[in-house]
Amino acid sequence: MSAGVEAYPGGVAGGGLATVGGGHAQSLTEESAHGPSKRIVVAYGFWIFLISDIILFSALFASYAVLTDATAGGPTGRDLFELPTVAVETACLLLSTVFCGLAGIGAQARRNAMYYGSMAATFVLGATFVAIELHEFATMIHAGAGPDRSAFLSAFFALIGCHGLHVSAGLLWLLTMMAQVYAKGYRPDIRRRLLCFALFWHTLDIVWVALFSLVYLVGVAPK
Amino acid sequence: MSTSLPESRTSLPEAHGDIAPGDEIEPTDVPRAIRGYLIGLALATLLTCISFYIARSTLVWQPSIPIALSVLAIAQMGVHVIFFLHITSGPDNINNIMALAFGLLIVMLLVFGSLWIMTHLDHNVMPIERLMHMQR
Repeated sequence: MSAGVEAYPGGVAGGGLATVGGGHAQSLTEESAHGPSKRIVVAYGFWIFLISDIILFSALFASYAVLTDATAGGPTGRDLFELPTVAVETACLLLSTVFCGLAGIGAQARRNAMYYGSMAATFVLGATFVAIELHEFATMIHAGAGPDRSAFLSAFFALIGCHGLHVSAGLLWLLTMMAQVYAKGYRPDIRRRLLCFALFWHTLDIVWVALFSLVYLVGVAPK
Repeated sequence: MSTSLPESRTSLPEAHGDIAPGDEIEPTDVPRAIRGYLIGLALATLLTCISFYIARSTLVWQPSIPIALSVLAIAQMGVHVIFFLHITSGPDNINNIMALAFGLLIVMLLVFGSLWIMTHLDHNVMPIERLMHMQR
């Protein structure tokens, strides 16, 4: 992830230094002159990282899927998962991903109110998600269903916890991006980082779609 | 899906190359960009609600519920990829699509490969209690 927040001198490779209007057409003309613009190279590299992150999640998911029935006589998903909580978590993350997109539009259109407002909304919704998840974990551990109870629960905590860690790291990154735009303005290098952040945040929501459907909903579905 | 593709793209000069993953297709048109996210939100909400409803209802034949939920999840991920990540099937997006396709291949190999091997092991390995019983 840190690869996306590296400091770039800005526009050396024929990228965005000259981009004042931030127009797409402008980057296209530059591209034909100097090869792909820095914005495309950075975002594409980050996209490759995100795909490897998805592969990481799929490995954790595969181990969960294999171990779902290995409850060692302990509680199953049907005993533990509470769908109303999961619904609220899902709503939080879905709305936050939309606000994250609106923040990107606000940054491209140089609308401060839209950018800061949407980023703040994204942060509040993301933080709510993490808080609900931590509360869920605490309740389960308190009830004796911690990760040490069974292989099923170890895999569950590893998978959901890994996603929660990603969201928490994303929240820190989000605050950094708000501070960077405040301190440095909508410079091309800052906007590249914003693009990477948006990609990261949207990808986390895509991972959550798989988790709430295939872990929680399948977990409580009648067999 | 075709409504999210702007007409102006076809009128671009020959020189168009790639676009970055996540980039707005038409960044200067703010209302249009917002509308894209709202369409995505509506579709994602609809699919989420159906998933939550199906998981608890008797509407669907019960053994097929996991499959139905998987299909709905894949559909929703597609909605996210198109409306939020702006990864479309356009010619300027081909590199992004190829990277994603390769990632999906690895994901499928990992998940289905693990499940396949482990269920076979499950079937072929005798439970430890039975084994102990036979040794007596």
